[in-house]
Amino acid sequence: MTAVSALPTTAPPVGGGNRRRRPRWDRSAIAFLAPALLLSIGFLIVPMVAAFVYSTARIAPLSGKITWLGLENYATMLSDPVFYRSLLNTALFMLITVPLSMAVGLALAVLMNSVLPGRKVVRTIIYLPLVISGVAVGLIGTFLFNETIGVFNGLATSLGLPNASWQSSGIPAFASLVLITLWIRVGFTMIIYLAGLQAVPQELYEAASVEGATTWQRFRFITFPLLGPSTFFLLIMNVIYSFQVFDTVFVLTNGGPGVATEVLGTYAYKTAFGPARDQGYGAAIGVVIFFLTLIFTIVQWRTNRNRDETA
Amino acid sequence: MAITAPRALAPTRVDADRRPAPPGRRGRSKVGLVVRIVLAVATAVVMAFPLWIMLTTAFSGQQTFDAEVSVIPQQFSLANFTRVLDAWPVGVWFGNSVVITLITTALTVAVSVLAGYAFAKLVFPAKNVLFLVMLATMMIPTQAILVPQFRIVNGLGLIGTFWAVIVPGAAATFGIFLARQFMLAIPNELMEAAKLDGAGSLRIFWSIVLPLCKPLLAVLTLLALMYQWNDFLWPLIALKDPALYTLPIGLQFLQGQYQTDYGALMAMTLISVAPLVVLFLAFQRFFVQGLATTGIR
Repeated sequence: MTAVSALPTTAPPVGGGNRRRRPRWDRSAIAFLAPALLLSIGFLIVPMVAAFVYSTARIAPLSGKITWLGLENYATMLSDPVFYRSLLNTALFMLITVPLSMAVGLALAVLMNSVLPGRKVVRTIIYLPLVISGVAVGLIGTFLFNETIGVFNGLATSLGLPNASWQSSGIPAFASLVLITLWIRVGFTMIIYLAGLQAVPQELYEAASVEGATTWQRFRFITFPLLGPSTFFLLIMNVIYSFQVFDTVFVLTNGGPGVATEVLGTYAYKTAFGPARDQGYGAAIGVVIFFLTLIFTIVQWRTNRNRDETA
Repeated sequence: MAITAPRALAPTRVDADRRPAPPGRRGRSKVGLVVRIVLAVATAVVMAFPLWIMLTTAFSGQQTFDAEVSVIPQQFSLANFTRVLDAWPVGVWFGNSVVITLITTALTVAVSVLAGYAFAKLVFPAKNVLFLVMLATMMIPTQAILVPQFRIVNGLGLIGTFWAVIVPGAAATFGIFLARQFMLAIPNELMEAAKLDGAGSLRIFWSIVLPLCKPLLAVLTLLALMYQWNDFLWPLIALKDPALYTLPIGLQFLQGQYQTDYGALMAMTLISVAPLVVLFLAFQRFFVQGLATTGIR
């Protein structure tokens, strides 16, 4: 609008024919938006609504015949020990991997933001696991953590250290998941923190140095507070990731031994598409994952909006 | 795919090499440098270790393994590769991955820039509501919609074809936000001038907006390539015929076939990750910018 008013030819003639310019809308917008709208309605919105509907049904494995159950699937959930275990494991996975990957990622970002020969190479090495598929990561993990012929136990033996039962007991198996997750997630954390660090004005550090602040004080009172938005963004993204984790768990431990590392993502898949093929119950577990994600997305949106308003 | 409200595209030049380190006191900074170098080397060794093991095992020619692990390669052999390639249609799977990834990426990029342009530059009713709806679809977890998605795709008769993966894959909405963010920064004056010359929306989009969007197209293309090449959960359900497998599905299938023959498995893993690693090394700047902006991984 501002551009138009600069041109004398389009200025409304003084006095006569004062046609009020209502913002006319571009009909071509329909064509520009149609592909995106059709795809997201057909393959995201309708399926999400349908997921709620199917979660109240029993879907016969072969015929696909639907029997309506009301909330019976959700009642089953409340008395299903494997569901509770998956929920607990998902929560534990979140509580362990999110703070760890953020702390390590922040430390690496600070390190990579300092004067350092060859830091480009190191940075690239830290990013690399990010572009590798979860299946490949999981498969490499099975070799590293194999109990009898694996790399880590082999190294432990040659160093005279005891071997860990990475596959046959629950806690080491869970630890193997945490370690492999850190391997692929710290790069992401570091990317976001590096972007945040480079936006910190240098003058602040110079002023602090003049005042005699130590390195730790500079980090504690300048760097860390100014990284607040990055920290919050990462917190939410990492929490959502941990609710939805699937590929690496499926390939590395497949939820085992027993159900020691079963998470909501793998349990939903196995229920709906495993031997049981209980798609109604599987959809109900999917709905739980949806709500967990929803809560944290809303928190992020609200905070984002508040920040925009105050800014 | 987990996405939340996108961040601004502009201030994320993570790779821009500045020399920011604040000058410490002279005497300590030398010790500090040594400490930092030691830490950096240790980090690099730990982070590279799993990939190093994959690489050396793949080229070791070894089939059976015992507890004796050699971190330093003992020999160079292609035997593991020929063994896998002779026994399984890895070439077909590779081709399937290439075809599915390229078509899905082309569709995703096209759909994203078209919708992004409308949201950034066109006037139409219910714009904000529609934008919010699109934003909301980004947080729908794949696991939550598996069952209905399967029934819809099955109902369309797509199961048993590549389209079962390609069409839902093109519904990835993260690109729309990236495109909108980028196009908002294009000055309206350029478009107004063209409009006065009688150009329609499509013409303006094609000859004025799109040529300015090369960095956006690069970021979008690379993110879509990465996402689709690595996608696992949905193809696992949609591609039941081994002749249609993509590399991640083939990889997971071979895990069951080879059990502890890690020579064969690591060779196959290397084949599946190599194209993306090469792309990443060539275009790291765009990858990093895209990841920092959308937060998808």
